[in-house]
Amino acid sequence: MHSDAFDRYHFAESRLHRLDPRVKVSLTVAFILGNALLPDASWLALGLAWFLLLVANDQSRLGLWFTFRRSFLALPFALAALSAIFSPLGDPVFSFSVANITLTVTDFGLVRFAGILIRAWLSVQAAILLVAVTPFPDILHALEHLRMPRLLITIISFLYRYLFVLTDEVLRLLRARAARSAGMTGQKSGGGLFWRAQVAGNMAGQLFIRSYERSDRIYNAMLSRGYTGNLRTLHPHTMKPSDWRFLGLALFALLLTQLTGWIR
Amino acid sequence: MHFSPAPLHIPDGFLTLVISLVFWALTALAVGTAISKTNQSLGEKQIPLMGVMAAFVFAAQMLNFPVVGGTSGHFLGGALAAIVLGPWAGILVMTAVISIQALLFQDGGLLVMGANIFNMGILTALIGFGLYRLSSRVGKPVRLGVAGFAAWLSTVASALLTALQLWLSGTSRLEIVVPAMLGVHLLIGLGEAIITVAALGFIEQARPDLLSAEKTASQGGQGWVLGGVFVSLGAVLLSPLASADPDGLEKVAEDLGFLGAGQSAPYNILPDYTIPLLGETALSTIAAGAVGALLALGLVILIGRSLRRAQG
Amino acid sequence: MPIVHPSPTVLPLPATPGALLLAKDLHFSYPDGHPALRGINLQLNEGEKVALVGPNGAGKSTLMLHLNGILTGSGNLSVAGLPLTEKNLPLIRAAVGLVFQNPDDQLFSPTVFEDVAFGPLHMGLPEPEVYRRVEDALAAVRMSEYRNRLSHHLSVGEKKRIAIATVLSMSPRLLVLDEPSAGLDPRARRALIHLLHELPVTMLVSTHDLAMVRELFPRTVMMDGGQVVADGATADLLQNQALLEAHGLEMP
Ligand SMILES: Nc1ncnc2c1ncn2[C@@H]1O[C@H](COP(=O)(O)OP(=O)(O)OP(=O)(O)O)[C@@H](O)[C@H]1O
Ligand SMILES: [Mg+2]
Repeated sequence: MHSDAFDRYHFAESRLHRLDPRVKVSLTVAFILGNALLPDASWLALGLAWFLLLVANDQSRLGLWFTFRRSFLALPFALAALSAIFSPLGDPVFSFSVANITLTVTDFGLVRFAGILIRAWLSVQAAILLVAVTPFPDILHALEHLRMPRLLITIISFLYRYLFVLTDEVLRLLRARAARSAGMTGQKSGGGLFWRAQVAGNMAGQLFIRSYERSDRIYNAMLSRGYTGNLRTLHPHTMKPSDWRFLGLALFALLLTQLTGWIR
Repeated sequence: MHFSPAPLHIPDGFLTLVISLVFWALTALAVGTAISKTNQSLGEKQIPLMGVMAAFVFAAQMLNFPVVGGTSGHFLGGALAAIVLGPWAGILVMTAVISIQALLFQDGGLLVMGANIFNMGILTALIGFGLYRLSSRVGKPVRLGVAGFAAWLSTVASALLTALQLWLSGTSRLEIVVPAMLGVHLLIGLGEAIITVAALGFIEQARPDLLSAEKTASQGGQGWVLGGVFVSLGAVLLSPLASADPDGLEKVAEDLGFLGAGQSAPYNILPDYTIPLLGETALSTIAAGAVGALLALGLVILIGRSLRRAQG
Repeated sequence: MPIVHPSPTVLPLPATPGALLLAKDLHFSYPDGHPALRGINLQLNEGEKVALVGPNGAGKSTLMLHLNGILTGSGNLSVAGLPLTEKNLPLIRAAVGLVFQNPDDQLFSPTVFEDVAFGPLHMGLPEPEVYRRVEDALAAVRMSEYRNRLSHHLSVGEKKRIAIATVLSMSPRLLVLDEPSAGLDPRARRALIHLLHELPVTMLVSTHDLAMVRELFPRTVMMDGGQVVADGATADLLQNQALLEAHGLEMP
């Protein structure tokens, strides 16, 4: 695996790709916030939200099912919500017993469980679409415009830049470890658990020192180019009328979704 | 592909809005303070350092080691980062790591990011640095032992808090989620402890200047020790209680009004859930919803403003 | 929503009476006590292209870090007649463009554009001027179409060219390159030699690539053990087998 596997941006000529990153970030957050605001069992509204998501997928020209196919990330976490079906609130649907304990599934519990899963699944798709149609540096610019603290943005952009350098370094270390323990097949990479963890710890220590010293050299490179402690940035993004129009339209659609969820 | 070390990155949808916003507020407060503290006390050299260190934590989380039968131990890094870089810088580094995991890899949600940062960045810094600083002047074996214990406990406490948040949100049943989360993380925490100790040992040998007692003392005051010990005790006492007597804890939370508040939508906290003049109608509920949303928005803007000011 | 920067400070270009770079008796020891420079004397004139050679650990990189005040030891150093002092530091850093050995240290921004813009932006230039300089610098290294690329996607050779652009955008009077040809394949190395040949800037280039030295640099400075052991016409130095052998160098 090369760390290029970390890339999430998918280029295409589309309206969504051209949209100002601030609009995209705000709408993603608004969409996720909207999902959280909807009351349980507002199936129509959740369906409408999914429809909006499909429209967005289509607009991105990445394919109608682009985010759907990548959306099962949160699935392992669904286990945590499974116990919600036994909620004591609501009427029992059926019960069964496991080793002397009687578990009762309730209608409220089932609705709650479904609600959690659907919200999680819709939200993660919105986030997937955002990074697929926006280069990550543009997302950072957008966050800066949206008043995220500058220091944090700067740290994240350094993190983003050196993610690739350092994960490559880790992969090299791991390969070296694998090569050295290859002789001991059948003995599962040799040594006891404690020893294995300690090897990982030494790697972490080594990686730490190298990273620390690298940050010194980066600092020197920054000084050489006039850095005196105040970071400046350019502001290349300006909202076009079409960006405002899109924002208004999308917000209106989200508001409609909320109304659908609340009026019954 | 999953990059998260442990099932601690909560996705969107699993926490209610109230719990999400409460932890966003706490996190914003801590991160805002961390920003103004690092601006005051540390040179401009700190910026690339924190950035590269965040990349280090991200990369180090890929260092796994086989435990038993296909599962592998992983590394979270919150305690180590706080011990070596100081608690404030550690918090910022972990905030960056968790942000990029959520933004770029959808590992953890956006609305619940406040909770994720709190669990994995702030709580771990408090326990990790607090306990380590307590022992910064004693001999190396004891100090490393304390660091290991702190790393283990920070993982366990993260898991416990995650479980409690899920329970308060009505997502999980207390008697199931607490034993499950704790059970897994009592083990994962051991890996965290060994890696943290080995890494610290390595660093101490190669660059003793980075871990001197003076440096540790200058990075955070006695308040951290107090907070760290307090939170550690809380985690140690609460864990057995929550697993052995979930009904008791449930009763306490109910009496204190936590349960209701956590599971309801935020506008339900508004008096009588409706706007008086409009009466019990759908319209009134919608209006209440709008007011709630505006309040939330106002809160976010206010936090943003104060962060901006703290920074400038 | 364009955001206007507070009135930027445009730096004037320094005038040059006499030598562009003058180093007198530079001494420097690293904090661990290791002496890396032991009395360096060096003069560079406007328009010269000079090679800096010497074995590993000779002190080449250390010397280069002195030339724009990243490291400061004892002795005198002046650039374009300006002595290296705290006050002159911004001017000197704009005048001496230093490119580091490892391009992953030099390119610290997510995108190529941001990296090339970093220098001019922090010199306090107004935004239109920054944009113009980025375009010019990228054109000079023939990488214009790379402006929106992500730095971590580039090959080593491309990274090295962009690294040079990051200082060219500051319009330096003196270009200081640390081992620019290390790690390049023959084609990228050839392209780099072309580029260095074309660039109309005074330059000091440290390298182990003596074939490139012979081709590109009329003058060579040889260092060993923190001292300048030879300084003269490249043709003479490279013919002196005894000198080369004494300092661990070898003609290809
Ligand atoms: N940060 C440092 N701390 C201590 N000693 C150092 C440091 N950096 C370099 N040195 C030492 O200073 C001496 C000169 O190093 P320098 O990097 O300047 O050599 P160089 O000529 O650039 O070598 P190379 O051809 O390998 O790049 C070496 O002996 C090196 O070990
Ligand atoms: Mg060197």
